[in-house]
Amino acid sequence: MRYLPHTDADIADMLSTIGITAIDNLFETIPADCRTSQELSLPDPMTEWELKDLMTELSQANATLPETSVYVGAGSYDHFIPASASYLLSRSEFVTSYTPYQPELSQGTLQAIYEYQTLIARLLGMDVSNASLYDGASALAEALLMAVRITKKNAVLLSSTIHPLYRRVVETYLAPTDCTIELLPMTQTGETDATTLSGKNDYAAVAVQSPNFFGCIENLASLAETTHENGSLFVASFTEPLTFGLYKNPGSLGADIVCGEGQSLGIPRSFGGPGLGILTCRAKNVRHMPGRLVGKTVDREGRRGFVLTLATREQHIRREKATSNICTNNSLCALASSIYLASLGGTGLAELARLNYDKTEYLKTKLKKAGCTIPFSAPTFNEFVVAMPDGFREKYSGLAARGIVAGIPLERLHPALDNHYLICVTETKTKGDLDKLVTEVTT
Amino acid sequence: MKEIDELILDDDVRYAEDHEWARYDGDLVRIGISDYAQDQLGDIVYVDLPEIGEEFAKGEEFGTVESVKAVSELYMPVGGKIVTVNDDLDDAPELVNTEPYDGGWIIEIKPIDPGDIDDLMDKDAYIEMLKEGA
Amino acid sequence: MKPTLGTSGLIFNEPLLWEKGKKSRYGASLPRRDVDEAPIAQEYMNDGLDLPDLSEVDVVRHYTRLSQWNFGVDTGMYPLGSCTMKYNPKINEAVAALPGFSGAHPLLPSGLSQGMLRMMYELEHHLAEITGMSAVTLQPSAGAQGELTGMLIMHAYHTSKGNPRSKIIVPDTAHGTNPASAALCKYQPVPVTSNSNGILEPSAIADVMDEETAGIMVTNPNTLGLFETNIREIASIVHKKGGIVYCDGANMNAVMGIVRMGDIGVDLMHLNLHKTFSTPHGGGGPGSGPVAVQDFLAPFLPVPRVIEKDGIYSLSDDSPQSIGKVHAFYGNVGVMLKAYAYILTMGGSYLKKASQLAVLNANYVKERLKKIYHLPYDHPCMHECVFSDKNFVDNKVTTLDIAKRLIDYGFHPPTVYFPLVVHGSIMIEPTETESRDDIDQFIAAMTSIAKEAQSDPASLHDAPQITKVMRLDETLAARKPCLTG
Repeated sequence: MRYLPHTDADIADMLSTIGITAIDNLFETIPADCRTSQELSLPDPMTEWELKDLMTELSQANATLPETSVYVGAGSYDHFIPASASYLLSRSEFVTSYTPYQPELSQGTLQAIYEYQTLIARLLGMDVSNASLYDGASALAEALLMAVRITKKNAVLLSSTIHPLYRRVVETYLAPTDCTIELLPMTQTGETDATTLSGKNDYAAVAVQSPNFFGCIENLASLAETTHENGSLFVASFTEPLTFGLYKNPGSLGADIVCGEGQSLGIPRSFGGPGLGILTCRAKNVRHMPGRLVGKTVDREGRRGFVLTLATREQHIRREKATSNICTNNSLCALASSIYLASLGGTGLAELARLNYDKTEYLKTKLKKAGCTIPFSAPTFNEFVVAMPDGFREKYSGLAARGIVAGIPLERLHPALDNHYLICVTETKTKGDLDKLVTEVTT
Repeated sequence: MKEIDELILDDDVRYAEDHEWARYDGDLVRIGISDYAQDQLGDIVYVDLPEIGEEFAKGEEFGTVESVKAVSELYMPVGGKIVTVNDDLDDAPELVNTEPYDGGWIIEIKPIDPGDIDDLMDKDAYIEMLKEGA
Repeated sequence: MKPTLGTSGLIFNEPLLWEKGKKSRYGASLPRRDVDEAPIAQEYMNDGLDLPDLSEVDVVRHYTRLSQWNFGVDTGMYPLGSCTMKYNPKINEAVAALPGFSGAHPLLPSGLSQGMLRMMYELEHHLAEITGMSAVTLQPSAGAQGELTGMLIMHAYHTSKGNPRSKIIVPDTAHGTNPASAALCKYQPVPVTSNSNGILEPSAIADVMDEETAGIMVTNPNTLGLFETNIREIASIVHKKGGIVYCDGANMNAVMGIVRMGDIGVDLMHLNLHKTFSTPHGGGGPGSGPVAVQDFLAPFLPVPRVIEKDGIYSLSDDSPQSIGKVHAFYGNVGVMLKAYAYILTMGGSYLKKASQLAVLNANYVKERLKKIYHLPYDHPCMHECVFSDKNFVDNKVTTLDIAKRLIDYGFHPPTVYFPLVVHGSIMIEPTETESRDDIDQFIAAMTSIAKEAQSDPASLHDAPQITKVMRLDETLAARKPCLTG
């Protein structure tokens, strides 16, 4: 077996060095009533070629390109990943290395993550980014727990326009604590109802997602201002970071903590994971931040180098008083996003974001002309809600079977939005694709 | 790490079991950590100071002192109200290592009961305690 | 000096991304613009991005050079205790990257995701079999999140019985994530000390177990590399007071096909796919921390559950007692694919062999080194063994010095200064994918270092001597944090 290099002779020699005669002797310290006599009931070992066949078969039983065009976002986005980026990410020194606790052996990872922290902080307009969390949802939960630690207040306000699955994760994380969660309602224009925010004084944080679940850009500056007047921290969340290639970033609009999902930045969708949890904050709050941090320093010869730092916040030192329990994070995904941002560059990212926006607006316009309604008037990025023509519900599955998934129906998540669909367009769709979608949906 | 007889132990302070020292300073009491404590911790990188005005009872945790790989809680050797904190420690936490009894002082309090200092150990009793623990 | 594994080569200096590049360089191909620019309100737009512009060649050279500064399992032996740095099979990478997997969207109707769902269903099934449990969730993104999920399940279970309870027993050998995870669930950790043999004593558990204690978090095999031989009695003590036994399964690599945790009193446990199941560590993740539970805890598992009926797979949210969700979607599916491929490659027989050889390797290292390095617990170990630096105190050589010198010999150091119960601990886990020859080379290096510690301690204090940077100033990094460039 190619992963088990021991020959029989090796084994015999090693057993004799240890002073035993059989491998089973090694397990005699385990009491007999803890050892099983049952063989593991698993499929027989496969050759590489059999495995490849099976995995190919399984991979083809999922609706993806080229057979299926998927117009769905909702936290998982289709963006082109340059071949150079995938190639670099597969370098085994990045892939097969461990957490950089021995800095002399991991300067590659450490410098790359320092670069990641910097690029993300700049993209979001914040002072410090950590080295990654698991995903956008747990990042939001951690951001709220961080706000509770900083303000010592035990309640948070969440906009109901935050992704429903993110809100569910926040509820799960906060359930064992005393922290209460209150929802801010939404307006007819598809944004957070800011009027409900005035006078809410005893909250650790107000969290708003922008673009929100419906793709709408929220008025972060105004919400941040009211939040600060109330004595709370303003947490801005996102699921689509490409937005900030075009729109103002939350840091410039008054956010104290910015968190979200980085999957759009060079990470494949992969049925929802692994993604990239992004968490950033202001310099003064860095000691309350969860997750690893890479810092710049010098070695004993004065050469620049990088190390994990401020580790006293973390579980391996602080144990039950740590800022979080996180250990393994999503480092390779942070590297992927860094390679992606480096490849696109500031100029390229702005152009790409603009192209995304223009293609989405093109589809919106065509759908409106064809008789659909766009109920929310707020500006959007990549995603928007559309009320489909009557009878579309019956058409939806047939269309999917023919290779077009036209958004996701919203009525299960928001009963008032019956026959409304959340549609997502990215740079991966051509004008021809979009024209075809309009035809299919409206005839 | 220093041997016990290499430690610098000031005469004009009293010592708590958790290695804090306390010294009269007029009406107030100045508090820091002993040379033994700073030596055990190694290079100090950060001191988490309380807010001015906060009150703590004797034995209550009022802050922490951190090295790269360890965090040590700081406990009040006597109860009182925080009057000043050593802001120099923001930029130069290493003062706790280099001048544990002088420039590396941590807080100054108005004690609830000034007599409480006398319950603490003097230098000889503290050395005894360290020797027993060794 | 006889040539050792570690030598030096041509390693390049490479600046930070923003120290190179030129405005208006492109490193990626932008898609064709086939629509006109649409109007956009100026007040929403940013003023441009403060990110460097690099060419593709800039980017490729940058990351190629950076990668060469790293040491990975593919470079050499990585005997990090409790991390199970086994070989990461390349076929697993290839199949996980198949476009039908990498391009799959998580929110499509389940009829359009049958391949993904079938893989997850079968993986749950295989992990249940390996652990001897009834039901599995694949949702937690790493071991620590698995622990949190376990704590939340315990909390939900106890709440359903009328009292969530407020404490949990945590042994002194526990990994830091254990008490940290317990604290996130507002469980006060109750410490217990292991006995002089390095394992838990039932009486120590009985002393603290009561009806306010939710249960115990036990790592088995424990972080000293020893099997908790009293586990059945301990489980019984905990169960008598209505408590639950949680097992941290990070060290599962020692006992696959040898111990079924579900049969010896464990009620729920987490696994680390990025340890036992060969998925790569990626410089710090992504991992995956599935949780396996006994039947009575299945109602509390996160949603959605993967269900199968007549060969069709779907996702169900119909779980009223579920703790909710810890991940927006279903967990790190890309990682699960690799673990799934690994299990199918190994089958039951080779998984058991892997455990046997992992334990053989660790005991071999222990026997060969125990006369040279101080061995605090001289008993047969499982898949890892723990030494200390006690023999070198007089030479003023510490575990840190030994670790740094090992780098010069071409090895990644073992885990150092953990577990905390051993002063100056050196935890060595070779894993089963290291050959006898590679291990002999490691032993030769450790032997040579021990000699140097006595005859030439300066060579250890000055180590590492052949790396790109040496003994970085962590104090400076913590005093004056510079986290953004």
